[in-house]
Amino acid sequence: MSGPKTLFDKIWESHLVDEQDDGTCLIYIDRQLIHEITSAQAFDGLRESGRKARRPEANLCVPDHNVPTTPGRGGTDEIEDDESRIQLEVLEKNAAEFGLPYISINDERQGIVHVIGPEQGFTQPGVTLVCGDSHTATHGAFGALAFGVGTSEVEHVLATQTLIQRPAKNMRITVNGSLPVGCTAKDLVLAIIGKIGTAGGTGHVIEYAGPAIEELSMEGRMTVCNMTIEAGARAGLVAPDEKTFEYLKGRPQCPKGAQWEMAVEQWKKLPSDAGAKYDTEVELDVSEIVPQVTWGTSPEDEIGITGIVPDPAQVADDNRRSAMERSLEYMDLKPGMKMTDIAVDKVFIGSCTNSRIEDMRAAAAIAKGRKVADSVYAMVVPGSGLVKMQAEEEGLDKIFTEAGFHWREPGCSMCLAMNGDMLLPGERSASTSNRNFEGRQGPGGQTHLVSPMMAAAAAIAGHLTDVRDLIK
Amino acid sequence: MEKFTKLTAVAAPLPIVNCDTDKIIPARFLKTLTRTGLGKNLFDPLRYDPKTGEENPDFVLNKPAYRNAEILVAGHNFGCGSSREHAPWALLDFGIRCVISTDFADIFYNNSSKNGILLIKVTPEELEKLMDGAERGANATMTVDLENQEITNSDGEKITFEVDSFKKHCLLNGLDDIGLTLQKESSISSYEEKQRASEPWLYA
Repeated sequence: MSGPKTLFDKIWESHLVDEQDDGTCLIYIDRQLIHEITSAQAFDGLRESGRKARRPEANLCVPDHNVPTTPGRGGTDEIEDDESRIQLEVLEKNAAEFGLPYISINDERQGIVHVIGPEQGFTQPGVTLVCGDSHTATHGAFGALAFGVGTSEVEHVLATQTLIQRPAKNMRITVNGSLPVGCTAKDLVLAIIGKIGTAGGTGHVIEYAGPAIEELSMEGRMTVCNMTIEAGARAGLVAPDEKTFEYLKGRPQCPKGAQWEMAVEQWKKLPSDAGAKYDTEVELDVSEIVPQVTWGTSPEDEIGITGIVPDPAQVADDNRRSAMERSLEYMDLKPGMKMTDIAVDKVFIGSCTNSRIEDMRAAAAIAKGRKVADSVYAMVVPGSGLVKMQAEEEGLDKIFTEAGFHWREPGCSMCLAMNGDMLLPGERSASTSNRNFEGRQGPGGQTHLVSPMMAAAAAIAGHLTDVRDLIK
Repeated sequence: MEKFTKLTAVAAPLPIVNCDTDKIIPARFLKTLTRTGLGKNLFDPLRYDPKTGEENPDFVLNKPAYRNAEILVAGHNFGCGSSREHAPWALLDFGIRCVISTDFADIFYNNSSKNGILLIKVTPEELEKLMDGAERGANATMTVDLENQEITNSDGEKITFEVDSFKKHCLLNGLDDIGLTLQKESSISSYEEKQRASEPWLYA
């Protein structure tokens, strides 16, 4: 391929190991993150076929999905739930047997794979990075081609350090304007998903560009890329810039000294060339958006907090109308209700979407000096041990606990409700996580996706509310 | 991986759009260490009452006519959401070998083909016909012929479909991807040698 190239084209071409006549490609995978839920069967596969991990040091294992977040949770051996404990023990055993780096739940670096990858400098611009988790898209914030894979592909990467793939199509989403007060990267990405739909990005890699993306911090860019999968695209990308390099400099697994200089020089060549062609272009302006919230059971079911629950009867498309009717029935909502009239039982601030230090600070700023409503149980789950330590150094934990929030240990927690942190049937949450699917936070649980500020505001008000009313 | 050649079986209609992997198999069932045994919880939120755990008699796979379905005719964007391979494992464990829809999520598509499940993309008009065909129940079966890339609807109408040639080859022969890739070992090694020189920090 000649002529101007996109960031995706450049990474793809530089990782091409082999291309068959039918267009099937073998691409090299530089990095793999491994957690306890999607790996056990992959290691079994290796054992059954007598294969080894090709490059153990190219992997990083950490338990996150299934770990308790209760304060003072202790070690793996203290996990009460048998299945959960065994799953963690198996990961630890597999990491040891195959010689892979492993971070245990007692380690201060432990946390959600997509929070600790960047923290450790394991995530770098221009690399290919995979994990048996769809939110691997997060790492695209650094200009890495990062995507989720299934367990068979986890095994394939362990054994061969490659994957069989076909090139994706290029989509560019240009985000103009500046985010208004009370709106964050989360509101920006929910607005994008609302615009293009939950299958809008299928078959594509999305490159986020434009002034609103450039203005975002690395944490904000991670939030945007994280939710790329909710628009159906496997990977999101942001061109690396000075903010990217500044975030990474000095991280444990980043190059040092002369190699750092050499790496930065190469990373600076990654951004898309002027005139590069995209298969699909989308543009939106975020300067007028209001804080976003979902009303249904798909991330595309979003609306401004000042809006009302939409009426399926006014939708012409049969598929869409029946999906909306089903969503509203599950969510127990009536068309025309004001979003701000919806009471919540639980508030969850955490997940690979919104559990980084900036998210903690944003939520704490709203919580400060206020009280969680009596009717609400609210929990804050930092994304990693390092985020937790940083937040505690800044006194954020005190702000949260004084306001009545529960301050927890790191993990995926109520985002997918595997570890006991969950909604009961009929309970409703305001959640900073990424999916409002039926049953995602517990069977019969009802989820409204929001930003950390909006979640904190909902905890205080006892219902969904416009955080801008709390910002003086 | 089991081969997929030609399948004649009952097809169950599931006209839900954006059917996500949390619906196919909720996270709480992912504590397993094996690929088998997930069939009983396939579509758990739809199949069982969340409060009582009783079967929901209205759900298609609970109806006598469809309990032995091996083909699923599903709504648009089937398999979106999580990357969990437990979704195709659960389908396979239940007995589903083929899913037909207008579109599939990318990761689910890959995961399914690695487990010998054939996913077929058809047009909205074709899906409508197949959905009608599936609604005729157990007395009416469909045939899916991968070699000839052809579906025979329960009324005998034939619908052709496209399939990635490499995936077709692997499915027809039940081939293991890793074994195929390892035949390219020398290309992988020479790639690594080159990368080690140009980006030594990735090998530190």
